[in-house]
Amino acid sequence: MNRPLKICDVSLRDGSHVIRHQFTCEQVASIARGLDEAGVHMVEVSHGDGLGGSSIQYGMSRVNELDLIRTARSVLKRAKLTVLLLPGIGTRDDLKAARDLGAEVVRVATHCTEADVAQQHISLARELGMQVSGFLMMAHMSSPKDLAAQARLMESYGAHAVYVTDSAGALTVDGARERVRALRDALQCEVGFHGHNNLSLAVANTLAAIEEGATWIDAAARGFGAGAGNTATEVLAAVLDRLGKNPGLDVFKLMDVAEELVPPVMQRPAEIDRAALTLGYCGVYSSFLRHAERAAEKFGVDAREILVEVGKRKAVGGQEDMIIEVALELSQRRAPTAS
Amino acid sequence: MKSNGKASPRVRCAIIGSGNIGTDLMVKLLRSEALELVALAGIDPASEGLARARTAGIKTFENGIDGLLSLKPLPEIVFDATSAHSHLKHAPRLREAGIIAIDLTPAAVGEYVVPSVNIGERLGADNLNLVTCGGQATIPIVAAVSSVASVEYAEIVATIASASAGPGTRQNIDEFTQTTARGLERLGGARHGKAIIVLNPADPPILMRDTIYVRFAAGASHEEITASIRRTVREMQQFVPGYRLRAEPLFDDDQVTVMLEVEGAGDFLPIYSGNLDIMTAAAVRVGEETARHLMSVRSDREAAAERL
Repeated sequence: MNRPLKICDVSLRDGSHVIRHQFTCEQVASIARGLDEAGVHMVEVSHGDGLGGSSIQYGMSRVNELDLIRTARSVLKRAKLTVLLLPGIGTRDDLKAARDLGAEVVRVATHCTEADVAQQHISLARELGMQVSGFLMMAHMSSPKDLAAQARLMESYGAHAVYVTDSAGALTVDGARERVRALRDALQCEVGFHGHNNLSLAVANTLAAIEEGATWIDAAARGFGAGAGNTATEVLAAVLDRLGKNPGLDVFKLMDVAEELVPPVMQRPAEIDRAALTLGYCGVYSSFLRHAERAAEKFGVDAREILVEVGKRKAVGGQEDMIIEVALELSQRRAPTAS
Repeated sequence: MKSNGKASPRVRCAIIGSGNIGTDLMVKLLRSEALELVALAGIDPASEGLARARTAGIKTFENGIDGLLSLKPLPEIVFDATSAHSHLKHAPRLREAGIIAIDLTPAAVGEYVVPSVNIGERLGADNLNLVTCGGQATIPIVAAVSSVASVEYAEIVATIASASAGPGTRQNIDEFTQTTARGLERLGGARHGKAIIVLNPADPPILMRDTIYVRFAAGASHEEITASIRRTVREMQQFVPGYRLRAEPLFDDDQVTVMLEVEGAGDFLPIYSGNLDIMTAAAVRVGEETARHLMSVRSDREAAAERL
């Protein structure tokens, strides 16, 4: 079975969380062009929470994502234009609109136990002639066996690949390995891996995933993604190259993108600060970070306390509203003792 | 033909659909003072709903709407707790038979109705649609803000326990978000509406949670908005006792955030199924108002006939 590695750079989607969905067309054009020239196979462009994600709950997009997608389309020559869709947030209409603008690949994302809400969208993607992957988020919350069962559902709807998506950056190497292996054993279609670096394991986990047969691999230039960022594309490229597994990436060009094009856009570096580390440590959705920081400031509490509490309450991706509520509760609980 | 000179004090009604929702609705209707439940029709002879109905002495049919339409006399109101697909077939047949349909599916054949918002305008319609569970929980709050301020934008996030989201919701999740968004606009009075649904698999299951963000025209009184929201919450509690604010309405300039939870009554469905409970409770409410309307039309007509 000869299935080449395919690298999907998610910085123009996952990075959207970092800058509160303020991407401009110029920024997208610059980074997308650089990634395309460096040989990345897919470039993902969407609101951080996927098509239709522009909202008070997740943050309003500065520029309509369809304009960003159109811009990326105009600069990509080799890389496939990719979008993200979370059923419950985006709809099939959003997917059709993205397809009309030239999106070629879609990842349909659900919480790791809720694959069946993706049926409509995966089927539509196939009807539209798109490449489609299922994206099982917060994969650390499911056992390898349960995750594989959900992946089989996505495959049955028509997915070309199903991802182990470590949204919380909480998987350790064996955890990533076991989950990818379980999917590899259960599926005919390809397996993908999406990592976050909250525990400084993104590259290691990604390598383990590749060793287990994952072929759709997510990364972000300079780690430009939620939490402590994603697997850094340029670092992964260098590592794969040293291992003799470079799937056609230009390592130096990726370094240039990461060093010259991304930093002016990303506002702050992808680093494992205490709040980002807490995400991985407590298994909390990485894009909660900026929301928790803002709520922490507004209500005068520690962002870590908020994250620990939303983790305890088993919040899943999409429940950003719980952050406000928890912050409010923590501040009220504190008020009497402070006085 | 029906009244026989001496009108029964209650209006005859029936349910199609013997699944979880139909069964919970049955339990609620058996307590109603305005409605008399005369039959439950399902298509699964082994369903728990049909068994419960038999035990309760309610006539049952195992052949769905065909059986129901053979009832003599026919019920005046039928609650449809099947699926959108089935309701599209049921709606014309019920209409032909002169039966008022109260539709709990997302078929949206009839006009949207949310009891605390627009039931008065919809009485007399032959098909009433209950929007979605998220709509039943959140549209009243948006309407509460609209009643005192001009609403530019309303966005709701409904978080539901995975265990309480059936295959109908899962396979039609776009219909949920789109129908709810339309409801926020048409009934809630928002210029633009957006709805998001999140499923949470935590065990034990979480109660239904709804967060409502409303952006209103500059200068509206925060006190008036809060008072209006509180009034609405009290009204909702009259038929959904577990409907409550999780925090005081939070203001941020010209935006208010309202966080609520809906605990179910636990009639047949578990209490975490507040999303389903609010639908069946709203259905009963709409059914009872419809019944009262029918009775009053009838007594007016009789009074007029006596005067002639």
